[in-house]
Amino acid sequence: MAKFRRRRKVSIEQLKVKDNKNKHINGSVGGDICIFLFLAILGIFMVFPIYYSVIQSLKPVEELFVFPPKLYVLNPTTKNFSDMFKVAAEYTVPLSRYMFNSVFTTIVICVCNVFVTCMAAFILAKCKFPGDKFLNKVIVIALLFQSQATWIMQFLVYSKLHIIDTYWVLILPCIATPMNLYLMRQSMSTIHDAMVEAAKVDGAGLFRICWQIIVPNSKPAIMTILIFSFQQAWNLNGGSVIYSEEYKTLPTIVQQISLAGLARQGVTFASAVLLLIPPLVVFLIAQGNVMETMANSGMKD
Amino acid sequence: MAKPTFEEAFQDHQVPANKTGYWSYTWHMVKVNKGCYGLLAPFMIFFIICTVIPVCMSLPMSFMNFNMIQSPKWVGLSNFYTLFLNDSVFLIAIRNTLIFAIFTGPFAYFLSFFVAWLINEMNPFLKTFFTFVFYAPSMTTSVYVTWQLILSGDQYGYLNAVLLDLGFVSKPIQWLTDTTYILGVCIVVQLWMSMGAGFLAIRAGFQTIDKTMYEAGAIEGIKNRWQELFKITIPSMGPQLLFAAVNQIAGSFTVGAVGQMLVGLPSTDYAAHTIMNHATDYGSVRYEMGYASAICFVLFLAMLLANKGVNSLLGKFID
Repeated sequence: MAKFRRRRKVSIEQLKVKDNKNKHINGSVGGDICIFLFLAILGIFMVFPIYYSVIQSLKPVEELFVFPPKLYVLNPTTKNFSDMFKVAAEYTVPLSRYMFNSVFTTIVICVCNVFVTCMAAFILAKCKFPGDKFLNKVIVIALLFQSQATWIMQFLVYSKLHIIDTYWVLILPCIATPMNLYLMRQSMSTIHDAMVEAAKVDGAGLFRICWQIIVPNSKPAIMTILIFSFQQAWNLNGGSVIYSEEYKTLPTIVQQISLAGLARQGVTFASAVLLLIPPLVVFLIAQGNVMETMANSGMKD
Repeated sequence: MAKPTFEEAFQDHQVPANKTGYWSYTWHMVKVNKGCYGLLAPFMIFFIICTVIPVCMSLPMSFMNFNMIQSPKWVGLSNFYTLFLNDSVFLIAIRNTLIFAIFTGPFAYFLSFFVAWLINEMNPFLKTFFTFVFYAPSMTTSVYVTWQLILSGDQYGYLNAVLLDLGFVSKPIQWLTDTTYILGVCIVVQLWMSMGAGFLAIRAGFQTIDKTMYEAGAIEGIKNRWQELFKITIPSMGPQLLFAAVNQIAGSFTVGAVGQMLVGLPSTDYAAHTIMNHATDYGSVRYEMGYASAICFVLFLAMLLANKGVNSLLGKFID
């Protein structure tokens, strides 16, 4: 009897070894290699301009203009970055002011965006009230109108509000983005209604339910909209709505530096890299959260 | 006898709450749910100021003549007459936008689906890595300086140097000013940047599909990756595909910013002039806001129509 039992145990363990979760059912090794090569070639095309601008920003002057260009740096230097401050010193305000503007507007936009979006998304996802269907439809249609085309028309509104050439004109359009609201709503609607109802029975008001029940349960979505609004805010180019030097942001100034042409190539790339790195790093850290949120992004109707 | 108002009926328990008439019932529900409107208000205020008013205003403004200094003057349909009948540049812009839209719309859509599918076949580490690699360009707005270097028109432009070395061309090509190449160049750069939120949605959509579906499929006789793709994967990720399509439409109809940075506004002989560039030209450079509104309105209308078309088209393929 004891012998029999032992034999059974062994056979079950053998079965478990065979169960390989990562293996594709219908894949082949040859296919895997082909796919990898294809993605690698396309990936090099995608990454090359980014990689090259990072490399260029680290090159000393002697290496910048070598022809044919080298894809690596022999003597990496940070001189280009320090030169950037010197170049900007010729402008009426120092570079640190542009940086402060960018950081300040980014922080304000991110905080306001998350605050406003969380509340609205909670209501749209979990509450029934007259007009909820209409608002949900409006949000889906508004996904189409989040582009440059609206910026031109926004200019008229801002000029009526007399906020052109202030921080407000940078911050205001980025606070209520239909895209973020939509993503947030989709991911909040996966939370069980029972939790909201339990909180209601316990006597919590809507505001309290939102911030103590729903928001702590949708951290991935909050990370995602933080990333999206961060990207938008960090790349904000005042362009046609900001005229005073002291309100301009980094992207505007990068554009100005790059217009100086060949002689300042190192500085141009240094400033481009300065602009490029933060969104990439933030996205890399939070990629898992983003993917989790986007999985809920589908349109059901 | 007059119909009792909701409050009267409710207090006397004569009529159930939902039988007092549509409007008084709705008004009652509005009052009961006023907390909802309170929490919605902050978002809606900013949303109305920044999106609803500008989009809705593009229609009345397009009947006016307005230059930001003098008060607007009613001119009827004259802006639209000029736009379609007298403005030859607008016709070029429509043509260019359509060419752009085909490449950055359907083409980029299929490309991002294809790439997302291939990435999904990799192991977890490579999945994360490649997703980052393909999404990275759409986060960057400043790297066009590298493209300018690559596409520079003299023989030291990198692309020219490579082509000269390999013997494909005998003299350097003016990629950014020669009218035969401008549009193509802009499309390539735009494609490079087009793997945005839609790509992420499709990528994530693959992960939501139940693994057991594939096992069941294998038992039912599905033999290779292609069959898996068409029989299982595409039918079960319809919602994500729709979301990506909306994103793609919004992106592809309003291309122009990249071209503006690369080849200037206006580009040589208007070779890469899109509707968006046309609107920017009149709105932000010449301050003829009435005319710019007319252009924007036409653009919005086209986007809505395209959205409706794509929705019904995709609706047929996905249950």
